[in-house]
Amino acid sequence: MSAEKKTVTLNMGPQHPSTHGVLRVKLELDGERVVTAEPIIGYLHTGIEKTMESMLYYKAIPATDRMDYLAPMSNNLGYCLAVEKLMDIEVPEKVKWARVCLVELTRVASHLVWLGTHSIDLGAMSMLMYAFRERELIIDLYEACGGQRMMTSYIRIGGLASDLPADFEKKVRNIIKTIREKMKDYDKLLTENPIFIMRTKGVAVISAEDAINYCLSGPMLRGCGVNYDVRKANPYSGYENFDFDVPLGKNGDAYDRYLIRMEEMRQSLKIAEQAIDGMPEGPYRAHVPGVVLPPKEDVLYKMESMIFHFKIITDGFEAPVGSVYQAIESPKGELGFYITGDGTNIPRRVRVRPPSFVNLGALPILTEGHLLADVVCAIGSIDIVLGEVDR
Amino acid sequence: MGLEEKIPDSIILTSLDKMVNWARKRSMWPLGFGLACCAIEMISTFAAHFDLARYGMEVMRASPRQADLMIVAGRVSMKMVPVIKTLYEQMPNPKWVISMGACASCGGVFNNYAILQGVDRIIPVDIYVPGCPPRPEQLMDGILKLQEIVEKDSLKKVHEEWGRKAV
Ligand code: SF4
Repeated sequence: MSAEKKTVTLNMGPQHPSTHGVLRVKLELDGERVVTAEPIIGYLHTGIEKTMESMLYYKAIPATDRMDYLAPMSNNLGYCLAVEKLMDIEVPEKVKWARVCLVELTRVASHLVWLGTHSIDLGAMSMLMYAFRERELIIDLYEACGGQRMMTSYIRIGGLASDLPADFEKKVRNIIKTIREKMKDYDKLLTENPIFIMRTKGVAVISAEDAINYCLSGPMLRGCGVNYDVRKANPYSGYENFDFDVPLGKNGDAYDRYLIRMEEMRQSLKIAEQAIDGMPEGPYRAHVPGVVLPPKEDVLYKMESMIFHFKIITDGFEAPVGSVYQAIESPKGELGFYITGDGTNIPRRVRVRPPSFVNLGALPILTEGHLLADVVCAIGSIDIVLGEVDR
Repeated sequence: MGLEEKIPDSIILTSLDKMVNWARKRSMWPLGFGLACCAIEMISTFAAHFDLARYGMEVMRASPRQADLMIVAGRVSMKMVPVIKTLYEQMPNPKWVISMGACASCGGVFNNYAILQGVDRIIPVDIYVPGCPPRPEQLMDGILKLQEIVEKDSLKKVHEEWGRKAV
């Protein structure tokens, strides 16, 4: 080190147990203090947007699963809502309610993974075991619905992949009951744990003004007291029918974000409960011949349905010329899909507004002047998923 | 590193093989790093519900210098290729590789410019676990199959193979 240069450059990642994947952070350190932290991304670049632009509209759904793989259903929903907007499809009531129920449980599952990994970063090893134990219940529900544990592709354009399983209600009620019960344990373990508070309170602070300027969304934004939730601001999929609160923080630090995510889990369970209580009867797919796949039962017995099925599977459908933007509140924040149709059966452009990517942009201000050990806390509290950051 | 280097060429091993392999197979330390979606299933395998600790493999190591099993869990992007190669080379011998999931094995659903079409193009793979993502049971099965391979290996053969295995 030369006499003038006072700082040390330290490389963290891309293989580092607490970067939640393959994030690399270039740190300039002055002793233990962070001078700058520069996130370097692209280690998981998958070309998902480009892949989607070469696929028929409905064939791109599995690619959305693999973006934010902690919340596959939310991605499915965002993409399907955007295509439905482009094609002007109105889905049946039952589909809306079932979708809300599923994406809210997805939020719980995603926050559980966050809770486990964030606390393991801070040294609370046992939380991961508890959080994954409860998440397994939701994964079981996915499996009952879509036949797969994580990449369900269950939400389709114009409806669902299949009807809800027979024991859907029982399973959801069991999940709600169990997780409500277990959340009391989490509270006991973390919320008033002095070590946890010391590691998170006053760490990774961002002001409301900065948060807005950096275009943050989700718990990152609400942690500083800005009341913006896409579910309230621009309701989609029938969210206006549900009664829930949007938790807000005050200080914008890691502890506030923790409290918000915990409260969001409770609110999500409340929404899921309302959805299961009021689930209307009806078909699980919209009836739009030539665009939405007909129900499987019809395909087996009716001639026209079979022809439509064959035609949609081989040729897809032609979207009108035009662009749509549809945002949803994913567990990480505002997830938006911008789709441009050009009159053919594949989209001209699919652009994703990934909440994790935008939120990660705030890492330099979150860590500036803090200790090296707090970088881990900051990364954890942003709740990034590299699959979504790099796409 | 390892016992192999200390054994003179003219000795045939029987019981030592058995003993060492028995110990190795039950105490394999995986390198704790995940790439993409498959990593979440890998964590599920290690977590409470499936509990991989039953097979003596739960000690995730953060440093490649202390690991002897690499689970490539997820898609390998072109930017990640040199990193994975370095990690593999940093692991001490003897070492094994499990390629978990369709992406790591053959590119999976992403046949495009960004994803390496199979991690076996850059490092030798011992076990391929199919699935997108594989269920935790599948990963466990892969690990048990790997244990069988380890059990049957002869120390001398393993040592001779090191030369070939290095890429
Ligand atoms: S195989 Fe599937 S689950 Fe695994 S990394 Fe690839 S896309 Fe993700």
